[in-house]
Amino acid sequence: MLKNYLWFIAIFFVLAINAQDYFPKNDGVKTQNTNYTAFTNAKIYVTPTQIIEKGTLLIKDGKVVNSGSSITIPKNTVIVNLNGKSIYPSFIDIYSDFGIEKPQASASRSRSAQYNPSRTGYYWNDHVMPENNAITKFSYNKKEATELLKAGFGVVNTHIHDGIVRGTGALIALNNTKGNEQRIISETSGHYLSFRKSVTSSQYYPGSIMGSIALLKQLYIDADWYAKGNINTKDLSLEALNANKNLTQFFEAGSRANIIRADKIGDAYGIQYVMLGGGDEYERISDIKATNAKIILPLNFPDAYDVEDPFATASLSLEDMRAWNQKPHNPKILADNNIDFAFTTFKLKSVKELKSKITTAIKAGLSKEKALAALTTIPAQILNKNTSIGSLKNGYLANFLITSGDIFDKETTLYENWVQGEKTVFESLNTKNILGIYAFNINNQPYEMVISGKLSKPKTKITTGSHTLGSKINYKDDWVNISFTTIDTTKQEFIRIVAKVDNTNTLTGKSILPNGDTLPFTVKVSDVEGDEDDKKDTNKEANINDTFFAVSYPNKAFGFTKLPEAETLLFKNATVWTGEAEGILKNTDVLIKNGKIAKIGKGLSSGGAKVIDATGKHLTAGIIDEHSHIATASVNEGGQNSSAEVTIEDVIDETDTNIYRNLAGGVTSIQILHGSANPIGGRSAIIKLKWGESADNLIYSNTPKFIKFALGENVKQSNWGSYSRFPQSRMGVEQLYIDYFTRAKAYDDLKKSGKPYKKDIELEVIAEILNKERFISCHSYVQSEINMLMKVAEKFNFNINTFTHILEGYKVADKMAEHGVGGSTFSDWWAYKYEVNDAIPYNASIMHNAGVTVAINSDDAEMSRRLNQEAAKSIKYGNVSDEDAWKFVTLNPAKLLHIDDRVGSIKIGKDADVVLWSHNPLSVYAKAEKTIIEGVTYFDIERNKSMQEAIKLEKNTLINLMLKAKNKGLKTQAIKKKTKELLHCDSIDKEI
Amino acid sequence: MKKLTIYIFILSIFIGFAQQTPAPKQNKAITIEGATAHLGNGKVIDNALIMFENGKITYMGSALTKIARKGEIINAKGKHVYPGFIVPNSTLGLVEIDAVRASDDDAEIGNWNPNIRSLIAYNAESRVVESMRPNGVLLGQITPRGARLTGTSSIVQFDAWNWEDAAVKADDAVHLNWPQNFKQRRGVVSQNKEYKTQTLKIHEYFSNAKAYLNGSKATTHLPFEALSGVFNGSKKLFIHVDEEKGIIDAVSFSQKHKLQNIVIVGGYQAENTIDLLKKHNIPVVLRRVHSLPNLDDNDYDLPFKLAKTLTNAGITVALETSGDMERMNTRNLPFYAGTTVAHGLTKAQALQLITLNAAKILGIDENYGSLENGKSATLFISEGDALDMKTNKISYAFIDGRSISLETHQTKLWKRYSKKLEK
Repeated sequence: MLKNYLWFIAIFFVLAINAQDYFPKNDGVKTQNTNYTAFTNAKIYVTPTQIIEKGTLLIKDGKVVNSGSSITIPKNTVIVNLNGKSIYPSFIDIYSDFGIEKPQASASRSRSAQYNPSRTGYYWNDHVMPENNAITKFSYNKKEATELLKAGFGVVNTHIHDGIVRGTGALIALNNTKGNEQRIISETSGHYLSFRKSVTSSQYYPGSIMGSIALLKQLYIDADWYAKGNINTKDLSLEALNANKNLTQFFEAGSRANIIRADKIGDAYGIQYVMLGGGDEYERISDIKATNAKIILPLNFPDAYDVEDPFATASLSLEDMRAWNQKPHNPKILADNNIDFAFTTFKLKSVKELKSKITTAIKAGLSKEKALAALTTIPAQILNKNTSIGSLKNGYLANFLITSGDIFDKETTLYENWVQGEKTVFESLNTKNILGIYAFNINNQPYEMVISGKLSKPKTKITTGSHTLGSKINYKDDWVNISFTTIDTTKQEFIRIVAKVDNTNTLTGKSILPNGDTLPFTVKVSDVEGDEDDKKDTNKEANINDTFFAVSYPNKAFGFTKLPEAETLLFKNATVWTGEAEGILKNTDVLIKNGKIAKIGKGLSSGGAKVIDATGKHLTAGIIDEHSHIATASVNEGGQNSSAEVTIEDVIDETDTNIYRNLAGGVTSIQILHGSANPIGGRSAIIKLKWGESADNLIYSNTPKFIKFALGENVKQSNWGSYSRFPQSRMGVEQLYIDYFTRAKAYDDLKKSGKPYKKDIELEVIAEILNKERFISCHSYVQSEINMLMKVAEKFNFNINTFTHILEGYKVADKMAEHGVGGSTFSDWWAYKYEVNDAIPYNASIMHNAGVTVAINSDDAEMSRRLNQEAAKSIKYGNVSDEDAWKFVTLNPAKLLHIDDRVGSIKIGKDADVVLWSHNPLSVYAKAEKTIIEGVTYFDIERNKSMQEAIKLEKNTLINLMLKAKNKGLKTQAIKKKTKELLHCDSIDKEI
Repeated sequence: MKKLTIYIFILSIFIGFAQQTPAPKQNKAITIEGATAHLGNGKVIDNALIMFENGKITYMGSALTKIARKGEIINAKGKHVYPGFIVPNSTLGLVEIDAVRASDDDAEIGNWNPNIRSLIAYNAESRVVESMRPNGVLLGQITPRGARLTGTSSIVQFDAWNWEDAAVKADDAVHLNWPQNFKQRRGVVSQNKEYKTQTLKIHEYFSNAKAYLNGSKATTHLPFEALSGVFNGSKKLFIHVDEEKGIIDAVSFSQKHKLQNIVIVGGYQAENTIDLLKKHNIPVVLRRVHSLPNLDDNDYDLPFKLAKTLTNAGITVALETSGDMERMNTRNLPFYAGTTVAHGLTKAQALQLITLNAAKILGIDENYGSLENGKSATLFISEGDALDMKTNKISYAFIDGRSISLETHQTKLWKRYSKKLEK
């Protein structure tokens, strides 16, 4: 022990000398303080779990030398007796932009979008800046530092919050006394990333979150290739990225969904990111747990909404209301699941809010131990600094707080915050406790005085008999000044007291009467108990918002608190639209078992199945929408004329209420297509509408690979003011395709040759098309371009799989049939732009008659829930038979999507994706009563009614709680809500 | 001469002239016999007899009646006859192609434009308008869009050489967009702090208009003049408002200014103001049935069942189609009505939403909206139920007794390319 101790001293000594050694001193002689400081009689939290009840903390040269209940104190020690006060390690804010100048938005705003980078010698995308270094933009801000110190922080980890790749951060000690030579603990504390573009550049790409994901994936590949010396030109960004590789990688995810998205990138390249969370992790906690990521949690729990105006309140969603109740529980839920997390002040309006927010989390069940760890040991560990900061073990930095008691208690006073052995005083340690009740006489008049509140800001209440007098108190440096009114309220007269406090809680001084007479004054506290008011104060929030409202899947209206399970179901006596050669079977039974269609026939025995009387009703396969944009966080990556590198699978939004509404319209599968912003769009996601499941669980197993292409006005940007991106004409579109296919062919040839090659995600995807492993669904309108694309495909020896929209398909239906391409069209949309002048509602029937596989699609969240009606329009427009019309929205889209072996018809062995309709499903009078996917009833018209009742009830309960909160004086926020924009082909991400 | 006609015909196809020639005046009596007649007033007559002459229905009753059949007899056994469907609050003929700005004439700048008249911009030759007829939509209230007081609408029929011929009722109503209590900006909806100021401005504007109209009118004030009909009751005021609070405020506004003929358009939250609307006998032109609920928490079928809720409460309800792609979608008006049947109304009630109720609300029920003696012979024959897309197949349509063409730009292309592919 002693040996260790000496060894430490030796090291400190050397360090201390080295740091100063070569600096000249012109204002005096060189001195050095080698004294120790000891804090005795303290409750010392060495770590959140290692607590010394009555011990001593010994520090020297800014570091902890020792701590314990009986440690040796060297002679040259200044002793501070803390008389039972507490010592905590100072906090660490791991996610800060402290001292960094806010990046300025680029000034150039030209009429056309900027497609090219602004820099040379760096990566081709301006938003990738691994070469940035926080320390080069760092300037210590003492004012902000003092605010942080006051909140309990000793160290902040700061970085430039700008761009997709943000470069390195710096770990700074909040040492208000010394310079940066002491403060900088690390100038490369980690490497920082996000999905958000830099404000400093207008470069368009990436224009969506899926573009950001793709950019990062390609970046890692490029960096690796560069590191191997395969690139002849200089790229300072890639060099920096490679140099930062071994640092902790921080990712600003900002939400549960984005944590999952970022983690997938990390998994693909062997990187475990530390994630900035969104506070909504509890919504799918097991998925978060599975990422193995450590989480940094902002503490911006929402305030209650001001729900006094019922008209405004009517627009408030259950989702937002629940968030008020649920979010404070998030830290506890993470802790219960053994997920490591650190707290940050990031996103707080002011660091002053820190304590109250943590108190809120503690009230929601978080243990104080975990709360302290989230501010000390966990951030230290994340920063790989768990041998120097975050606790008060021997040799660690002497960063600690001296408090009057439990740091998370509202009434606790923070006296001093020590950083690297330098103290900042907020409250004198010697401040004597004057709180309590005093009884005294002045001029034979008896008074009673209660002093309450905080020592830094005490309150008084002075009474005489039954009268309460107006009074004021001021307490500083052991002196109190009190003034109060006399009992005669008609006069504005005051009695003043000035007195000094001693260790026995006695106030000694004089009182000055209104007439100027002075009398000696001495009073000793008679009762030291705190007063009632304060206790009520602390209980203010209690019992209002303590009960946790259950999470549902998804966590909003119509979500399931318990996911429905697959059942064995027997539909009796239905009209069954098989979609197969058997046609429409009357009075037929269908058995569903193990998620599959098990039997079709008459008089089937139920066995153990749940029997559903379907007399007079119609049972069909679930509707399949070939062209949908619901359930996705973004649609278009329009930053380049090809975006084959992006995929909708990365951005599925399983919480979109339109999933549920689609189910209520009998839809069971959809293809979420990329938009039509560019000739080569992104890859699709083909999903089942398993409402309540996680995003990944919606995607088909062994999902067929699809990509969106687009032609016409959108890709040449005719209808918005963009003139700088190739192509601007249909002529250019052809050449773009030929160029890409030619290059993809060359790429694929090289790859297959076995020679070294750099993986190019975009070309790889396009090569899959050439290899017939990936299929094209192409947005198309006029006949010339339709014909063109078929010719281009034929030239490269593959077929176009589907033309979607294909509004002039009827003009080239013979050519389409010959090529073997399917047509997925609108029933009757037209006249919304010039290229749909010749769109006709007879299109589906003409293509169908010509032998083209025809589907009717929606491209619209509203229409998609009525696709049965849209299919029926082809009976009106073109006399298609009922059976064929029904196939337009079931079997045919299944064929076009290469999932017809699994879904699209009622056939033994296929997935039990079925819908029970009240009427002929092609009739306008039909309603879906049950929508079933793989034997699981995801929509049930009766259950829906009870859900509506439950939503109403839960909302009213929450409204009442919020009204109570407001009445108790808690902060509320004005009602505002985010609306989910309905996405179409033309939609561009707004937030990126 | 014949050659020339053919030449002109071919040329017209070549240059894309698609609109159909309007039908001439009815010059002989027509009798439709044997159909199921859906009168539009809630009644249905099986095996009906309908006769009309000079544009007016002269007989509407049972085919069992012994009465001399007049003129051309159409045997419509097994078929269905309906009054022409009527669409209020439409921009048909004001815009041809959404994305082509040059074809866009549906809104003026500025807040106070009651004097703006839609009628004169109505394109009677619009290809979109002609595509209404094969679905049975034969009349519409052509309405200017815009900011606050958007202008004056007119009611037209959909088979005419020009707007003058098309007009059924010129300048029937002024349209007011009531301020919204919530406003949307960049995907975030927040309370509109200007709401009160904006409503006060409407009050002030109407007070000023009234003062002007009561005065000597030393200088003509065109917008105020245009409001004169609203004050004296000869024009209706259509107040476009969805929110509950807005509806309540709009009704008290109309009470304060003694406006007798007001109509609520939109009415998404009208179900919360039923008593108020009934008390003042205010009808509702309900927003598009085929739309999504405004809020995630709303019932998925809320837009489908609103018509039932209001109708069953005793409010006169019609349907409108405004919104995205509203013009070309207007031909789906009958199917909007059909959808309300799946969600609670009877077929006869649903039909009323787009026939007699609409006619009443527009003030043209004396002549239109139902099949009754003395009314205009504006009707059509469908092979089946016209509210169901599956069976809405129209073989004859008449406007004021004129047998109108059911061909369109679209049917021509259909025939042309079907023929090409047959080869």
